[in-house]
Amino acid sequence: MSASADATVALKSRFPKASDRASLDYPALNLPPADVPAALGALRAELGFDFLADLTAVDGSMTASPRFTVIYHLYSTTAHDYVRIASDCADDAAPEMPTVTGLWPAADWHEREVYDMFGIRFAGHPDLRRILMWDGYPHFPLRKEFPLAGIDATLPDPEVVAETHASVKPAPMAGGPFVATPGRMNLGESEPRAKDESWSERREKPGQPGAI
Amino acid sequence: MVSTSTELAYNSKIEGDVIVSRADAVINWVRTNSMWPMPMGLACCAIELMATAASRFDIARFGAEVMRFSPRQSDVMIVAGTVTYKMASSLRRIYDQMGDPKWVIAMGACASTGGMYRSYAVLQGVDRIVPVDVYVSGCPPRPEALLDALILLQNKVKREPSARKLLHSA
Repeated sequence: MSASADATVALKSRFPKASDRASLDYPALNLPPADVPAALGALRAELGFDFLADLTAVDGSMTASPRFTVIYHLYSTTAHDYVRIASDCADDAAPEMPTVTGLWPAADWHEREVYDMFGIRFAGHPDLRRILMWDGYPHFPLRKEFPLAGIDATLPDPEVVAETHASVKPAPMAGGPFVATPGRMNLGESEPRAKDESWSERREKPGQPGAI
Repeated sequence: MVSTSTELAYNSKIEGDVIVSRADAVINWVRTNSMWPMPMGLACCAIELMATAASRFDIARFGAEVMRFSPRQSDVMIVAGTVTYKMASSLRRIYDQMGDPKWVIAMGACASTGGMYRSYAVLQGVDRIVPVDVYVSGCPPRPEALLDALILLQNKVKREPSARKLLHSA
């Protein structure tokens, strides 16, 4: 068995609430939020998964419950293998997850980005501020209800706003987003084009009334 | 035998130390031939901006080789790259810190219109926060295109009523 399969077996015996998670590539486990720091600590200290490759989140949808899932990708620099840990946030309205900055200082900015994009708060984080958008931005852009074009908002600097009367406005989508078609075909067929031209900045996206 | 009718240029023996010209022509001549850029490099266009300044394309041929990273010393802001909303306020502040007269070149699709970034995070054209004099198409534009924009801007500055503006503002 591979190092990551060994690790998931070891974790499941130690954390009885852990369950296998469907995965197409590496072994993956679902864990309750309370077990995440201990489980990642065991992976890091005892099972050789010493490198936090990625820390991200998934928004299931506005109607899903649990809605938000935080995902950790760990890499073993000795066994050269990955393992994936996922954890559902208990509260859909105010999602929260314990921080792992104590295990990996690198988790600091990753958790700030997840907070910035999804609004998931990390309990115990030393400095949980927005990292990509500016302080005071009122939305969480990677949540499903947020349209790609954006929502009206004010710019961070009031003096510049007074001078220029500029503000954040939804971007003109013109039928987009434009995406390339995957597969073996020539460039003319696969080139980026609007997949769904039924909606634009003027016509609402189906199933998302008032999205823009 | 050399004919006197070949005298085309200024001859100090005839004219003395006096040159007669229009104030606009003199002021604009001075301004156009040493435009110091403020390199507002925000994305990949800045790489082409650097290529424009380097030896192969050599922006020094047009008197704009002195890239000033202090806005106080620069004349033309070259906005080279994607302007996010977060950066927009800083960009406007830097523009405000430039001394008059000042001009702006929007280099590339992103600075001109937002380009491919139809997104919540990107300002859809830098002309929403600063007045733009020349827009350059391209993603990124070739160095020749930026040089062309600089020449266009110089031609625009040559037509400005500079003396009137100076006397009125004084």
